[in-house]
Amino acid sequence: MDTLTESPLVPRTDTLLDVRDLHVEFRTRDGIAKAVNGVSYAVARGETLAVLGESGSGKSVTVQAVMGILDSPPGFVTRGEILFRGENLLTMPADQRRKVRGAKMAMIFQDALSALNPVLTVGYQLGEMFVVHRGMSRRDARAMAVELMDRVRIPAARQRVGDYPHQFSGGMRQRIMIAMAMALEPDLIIADEPTTALDVTVQAQVMDLLAELRQEMGMGLILITHDLGVVADVADRIAVMYAGRIVETAPVHDIYRAPAHPYTKGLLESIPRLDRKGKELYAIRGLPPSLTDVPPGCAFNPRCPMARERCRTEVPPLYRVTAERGSACHYWEECVGDD
Amino acid sequence: MGRYVIRRLLQMVPVFIGSTLLIFVMVYALGDPVAALFGDRAPDPATAAQIRKDLYLDHPLWQQYVHYMAQIFQGNFGTAFDGQPVLTLMSTAWPLTIRLTIVAVVVEAVIGVVLGLFSGLRRGRTVDSGVLVLTLVVVSVPTFVSGYVLQYLFGVEWNLVNPSVSPAAPFSELLLPGIVLALVSLAYVTRLTRTSVVENHRADYVRTAIAKGLPRHRVVLRHLLRNSLIPVVTFIGTDIGALMGGAIVTERIFNIHGVGYQLYQGILRQNSPTVVGFVTILVIVFLIANLLVDLLYAVLDPRIRYA
Repeated sequence: MDTLTESPLVPRTDTLLDVRDLHVEFRTRDGIAKAVNGVSYAVARGETLAVLGESGSGKSVTVQAVMGILDSPPGFVTRGEILFRGENLLTMPADQRRKVRGAKMAMIFQDALSALNPVLTVGYQLGEMFVVHRGMSRRDARAMAVELMDRVRIPAARQRVGDYPHQFSGGMRQRIMIAMAMALEPDLIIADEPTTALDVTVQAQVMDLLAELRQEMGMGLILITHDLGVVADVADRIAVMYAGRIVETAPVHDIYRAPAHPYTKGLLESIPRLDRKGKELYAIRGLPPSLTDVPPGCAFNPRCPMARERCRTEVPPLYRVTAERGSACHYWEECVGDD
Repeated sequence: MGRYVIRRLLQMVPVFIGSTLLIFVMVYALGDPVAALFGDRAPDPATAAQIRKDLYLDHPLWQQYVHYMAQIFQGNFGTAFDGQPVLTLMSTAWPLTIRLTIVAVVVEAVIGVVLGLFSGLRRGRTVDSGVLVLTLVVVSVPTFVSGYVLQYLFGVEWNLVNPSVSPAAPFSELLLPGIVLALVSLAYVTRLTRTSVVENHRADYVRTAIAKGLPRHRVVLRHLLRNSLIPVVTFIGTDIGALMGGAIVTERIFNIHGVGYQLYQGILRQNSPTVVGFVTILVIVFLIANLLVDLLYAVLDPRIRYA
């Protein structure tokens, strides 16, 4: 059977970010936690990749390694390559890599209230991007900050540029985070659960804004989420992560039509649906494994309804399902054919 | 903001009355000041009665207190028993102590914050452990020990400074006494800064600052340190009052005729007008320093609003 050892994507010419066989571990007092175990994914210019997974699946750690903001120690990249516009970020000198951060790739964090500095005005924090990366004067940077705030549709931007983060509502704060990430028109934006901390009513607005700006500027976007509803609307491709590995990767519509991994299938079935109202909601049994003690074989085997002997001993590689699809299940064919 | 200040100023009134009344009662409860005035000799009853009348001592204590406060607010701090107006003592003592306190505050703020920042950024490493042990030693050694040891080493053994401060007390001579006075607070500032830096180091906004591609010095100084200093500034502010009072020991060691020295002499000789007068001013300094700290807090942390 055909397997995908390299990046689980058809080769493209416009690849922006290419993560290859990334391993990250946390060396803690309780032992070594293997948070990321051989993740490979790629994002093309203008493409949106959604990374899906439960807490502890390694989805955030992977992008932290990409951004170079891994808490180190205890976190260490032990193997792999992160190619950004053809250059390996992991071997780049620290100062050069710093200049990539913020300017060429930027990140939107989950909780804007804690991610923004509480004692500096939003104008200062937005303007800082221009002062540091573009050498602008404070006054010019402030004008740019107003422009950015206008662009993410914050009302009365000129009056509010001197306000502090706590003076804004949750949705407005997340807009400021987005503005900060977009400030220098980077090639790649990484959004780590950008709407999780928001009210449901503003989630859609913020997500729409993000998708719209991304489209306008033609940036690549990595969207980390556990909200399958969000994914269907904005993503081009999906990578599903479990216990530090990618278990399935596919174009977004394929995955909804026919998941090729029992875990993805379980996730999709656990979404509440109107047409199944009144029936018991499906839940994947068991808990995700502890990263200091990942089960042998396929990490999902203790929770998998179709697990067999082989799953307990042999780690499944990422099998090629179609030209642009991969699944890390020995029995993916059964899974796809199931429905 | 304005209303807050007014409310705080009004709150000071009962605190001021309470603390001065307490010190007034305690000092006068020490014994008969007229008897103390005459030392070992027994005073002539007529003379004693006359002195009592002059000093307003023939009235009940609460009347004495009211009288005393009324005098103070007219700028009359009374006369020490040796005939010098207390105000004269103050005009020579306060400038000395203020200069000493300035030296001490600068020393504790600058050295404490720098040491705290370095150990906080290198938490768990040798520098950090070293600084922690050092601060522990400094905190456990009383000022009169460290003061005499440093005075002996720098002043006598190595002859680097004058072991006794001259009456003019220029800043250069106050450096060593200032360090001695600041030592314990310096250790606290170091520890407080370190803890605060360690706490904030993992904060999300620091991660954001790194993700923005800011140079390390900017991440540390503008984002990390700026937030970490909030509790430190509060401590230093309230410490100013404590330093002035705590200068008693340091001023004795280095023979500085400041507030501490005058207070010490006043207590020793049961010179109540001196003691009460100086302490009253100390109370006021303490109260104002605390108010300023609270106001500064709002400047440092915009999340705090006064209502």
